[in-house]
Amino acid sequence: MRIQKVDVAVVGGGPAGLAAAIAASSGGAEKVTILDRNKTLGGILPQCIHNGFGLHRFKEDLTGPEYAQRFIDRVEELKIEVKLETMVLNIRPEKKILAINAKEGIFEIEAGSVVLAMGCRERSRGALSIPGTRPSGILTAGVAQQWINLEGYLPGKRIVILGSGDIGLIMARRLTLEGAEVKAVVEIMPYPGGLTRNVVQCLYDFDIPLFLEHTISFIHGKDRVEAVTIARVNEEKEFIPGTEKFIDCDTLLLSVGLIPENELSSSAGVRLDPFTGGPVVDERRQTSLEGIFACGNVVQVYDLVDHVSLEGDIAGKNAALYALGKLKQPKRLIKLIPGRNIHSLVPQLISGEDMTTIFVRVKTPEKSVKLKMGQGIKEVKKPLVNPNQTLTSTLSLKELVLLNALDEVEVSIIKEGRE
Amino acid sequence: MRTNNVLIIGGGVIGTAIARALSRYELSITLVEKEVEVGFGASKANSGIIHPGFHDQPGTLKAKLGLSGNVMYDKLCKELDVPLKRIGSLLVALKEEELGILEKLKVQGELNGVPGLKIVKGEALFQMEPNLTKKVKAALYAPGLAVVSPYELTIALAENAQQNGVKVILDAEVKNISSVNGALKRVETKHGFILTDYLINAAGLFADEIASMVEARNFTLLLRKGEEYILDKKTADLVKHVIFPISQKETKGVLIIPTVDGNLMIGPTAKRIEKKSDLSTSREDLQVILNRVRKLVPQISSENIIASFAGIRAGSEKGDFIITPSKKVKGFINVVGIDSPGLTAAPAIAQMVVDILSQEGLKLRKKRDYQPSRKKWIRFRELPSREKGRLVKKDKRYGNIICRCETVSEMEVIEAIKRGARTLDGVKFRTRAGMGRCQGGFCAPRIVQILARELGIKVEEVTKRGRKSNIVLTKK
Ligand SMILES: Cc1cc2nc3c(=O)[nH]c(=O)nc-3n(C[C@H](O)[C@H](O)[C@H](O)COP(=O)(O)OP(=O)(O)OC[C@H]3O[C@@H](n4cnc5c(N)ncnc54)[C@H](O)[C@@H]3O)c2cc1C
Ligand SMILES: Cc1cc2nc3c(=O)[nH]c(=O)nc-3n(C[C@H](O)[C@H](O)[C@H](O)COP(=O)(O)OP(=O)(O)OC[C@H]3O[C@@H](n4cnc5c(N)ncnc54)[C@H](O)[C@@H]3O)c2cc1C
Repeated sequence: MRIQKVDVAVVGGGPAGLAAAIAASSGGAEKVTILDRNKTLGGILPQCIHNGFGLHRFKEDLTGPEYAQRFIDRVEELKIEVKLETMVLNIRPEKKILAINAKEGIFEIEAGSVVLAMGCRERSRGALSIPGTRPSGILTAGVAQQWINLEGYLPGKRIVILGSGDIGLIMARRLTLEGAEVKAVVEIMPYPGGLTRNVVQCLYDFDIPLFLEHTISFIHGKDRVEAVTIARVNEEKEFIPGTEKFIDCDTLLLSVGLIPENELSSSAGVRLDPFTGGPVVDERRQTSLEGIFACGNVVQVYDLVDHVSLEGDIAGKNAALYALGKLKQPKRLIKLIPGRNIHSLVPQLISGEDMTTIFVRVKTPEKSVKLKMGQGIKEVKKPLVNPNQTLTSTLSLKELVLLNALDEVEVSIIKEGRE
Repeated sequence: MRTNNVLIIGGGVIGTAIARALSRYELSITLVEKEVEVGFGASKANSGIIHPGFHDQPGTLKAKLGLSGNVMYDKLCKELDVPLKRIGSLLVALKEEELGILEKLKVQGELNGVPGLKIVKGEALFQMEPNLTKKVKAALYAPGLAVVSPYELTIALAENAQQNGVKVILDAEVKNISSVNGALKRVETKHGFILTDYLINAAGLFADEIASMVEARNFTLLLRKGEEYILDKKTADLVKHVIFPISQKETKGVLIIPTVDGNLMIGPTAKRIEKKSDLSTSREDLQVILNRVRKLVPQISSENIIASFAGIRAGSEKGDFIITPSKKVKGFINVVGIDSPGLTAAPAIAQMVVDILSQEGLKLRKKRDYQPSRKKWIRFRELPSREKGRLVKKDKRYGNIICRCETVSEMEVIEAIKRGARTLDGVKFRTRAGMGRCQGGFCAPRIVQILARELGIKVEEVTKRGRKSNIVLTKK
């Protein structure tokens, strides 16, 4: 078997991996290689032909492919090696990567450091155990997007969408523009899962009904989906009898959540966080294994691609330093613990040595609250927090000095006016 | 028109096993199946267990054929290149009062001829299954239980039968059968008429309808639906044996099954149904299954479910298999009421049918060129790296991984199509592409396109499992 030596190997060529590879190369790593199983770079972005990308990073409103292209151009300028249609099969803790493609067959890469940027996958029907039959015409929103935007086929004509995550909302609009009839978007929570701007621009502007606190109680159809029954749910998420509505349709799209793709990480022995579903990382995005870094949706599902590429910058820069033998390992790490109304946070560990931005996702929407860290270290007012939006908060040096006295710090959302 | 010696109705595990068993003789044999591929009935939707044989009442066909079928599996799977794992089972008692039931089942098994049965308890038991609840008092260990992929087996049986000259006609529902003066004449499908001397009814769930086309039917089918749920491979290590509960009912209860492919499966339930098309799953049954299996292995969680399905057991009212020639219409043989352990018994049932045919006057002359071995399947994911590398050198299409969860290459998908797959499910059952944790999210569009390309049809024409189960509806 051939063995190739590189300084930094990046697994996944989406925005996270692209940004990481660019940062690693700019940071002095000589040989940087991106491995991706797709035919093209950009991860999920090539199929996201809508706009709304890059408002933070580029101060411009770009489409997904345009956003990706900015990074791809830079990758070419820096002469970063790219291996496409290449599947990584296995990563070992000693930073050896086993991969396969049609051109080179099976080969191993020995890397100075590794960046995990495998993104996430969509939750499928099986994971929800939706009752009913198993006809064709049930697919995830991302797969529908791929069919329409990349392959040029319409998966169905009369559509019901379960879940109001961003992909589902965007697809409601896309399908309508393609001439399909979107009969309903059904959401189990009392609030939509996606960004508010997407709810307005993708549903309200097209008169597509949104059923909150509803879910699908039965899928009908033998060969192809023929209808779904939806029902209102109570607080325990159980169907409320008598609230059923029968909706005639030929397709059910699922937009019911994303799962960080961490099979490679966990088989390598990287520690995972049960709340994010991704690796536990410190502020340099180093995982529990020295020299293995992670960024983007593999770490935590982000709402904005700009957070993803920002994290890629951090991981790439530190991966280069590590490969060059210049990364100082922190003396100690302080644990950030999710407290009241915090679903998950990244990074989970901080050294307290450098200024750091933390990304927080809340469990339920709340108005007039404060994001609070530890006792009297930091409190920031937030008029509104929402599970579908990542909160960011940057720790100043002064706050870090205060933190340094501690081993762990709780991060929580508190009601304003309460201590 | 040439008259067949034997026509088999139904391409489930029973029909295909009979076809293969007969294919070693100089005969002209046709099998007709109403679906677009074989194995799409009960034979794809069961627990995949080759039962050890202590569950069934001594003296029944189920006990006799179940036991002899079990013993035939090693050779059968080797010849057909179908994976089989003899993992054994533990039937567990949670209460002191149930210990007597273990003893009784042990004696029943021994009367049936089941080897190696043993009662285990304490340290020895928990060493075998560390995740079993400590409330378990004792268990009946049966080393002979095996697991198999029932659809791979059915497909392999059909493939090998075809290799040996059996004609398989798919998408051919039998609509009518005519007999004159107590002698069979012809069988009608949408493809025309087929003439035959002997006719075997292995139509599973629809065997009653087939029998009624021939004569006044003398049996009734009793339908019981079973739901099953499949868990992510990361839970595979929770148990190593099939875990049976003590079940007071006629079924074997809700089980925990480590499948031959390395997943965990939980189920099945048993609900009486009337409608043959009722293959839906429900929240109630899921809850029942979770409650029951968690009593035995508390770590099992609904969070790890990746897929579900339901299958229908078409048992006979009297509870045993019915395998008999008709007294009124010569050459007509019913092989009906084949519910569990039908998969287990399939090879023995096939042998019994061969014997019946011989008694009924069919001349059996062995073929000289009979080929019991099916052409090998390359399971790319299971090969060592070097072997993988060698294959990619030989054909680049092995290097193109189509299903990322189960590591299935483009070449395997093409081979599946070459060997009979016509649908997305057909590819899935042969290669496992789409059976992993993402359930085909990533690979389905790619496989649909390979199917279209290889079969020379339009992408819109590709279906999940035939008829109107198209994947995409229109080209933009
Ligand atoms: C429909 C949709 C709409 C969106 N809308 C917006 C928006 O309007 N604005 C916005 O800012 N953000 C939006 N986002 C979010 C943003 O696009 C994503 O968060 C971002 O693409 C995630 O980047 P990533 O690099 O972490 O993952 P991905 O883009 O998923 O990239 C991961 C890459 O890793 C590869 N990979 C994984 N495993 C392996 C392996 N074993 N071997 C080789 N390669 C592998 C994958 O093939 C993939 O190419 C949207 C996302 C979607 C899906
Ligand atoms: C939930 C469940 C779990 C089970 N678990 C086990 C187990 O672990 N071990 C075990 O040994 N057994 C088990 N069984 C039983 C086993 O699955 C069956 O005994 C076996 O599959 C029956 O095979 P078959 O060929 O008779 O039926 P089928 O597979 O249903 O085949 C009948 C075929 O006939 C075709 N057909 C019907 N009508 C017509 C027509 N008019 N014209 C042409 N073709 C027609 C159908 O399309 C079908 O393909 C289980 C069953 C269920 C439902």
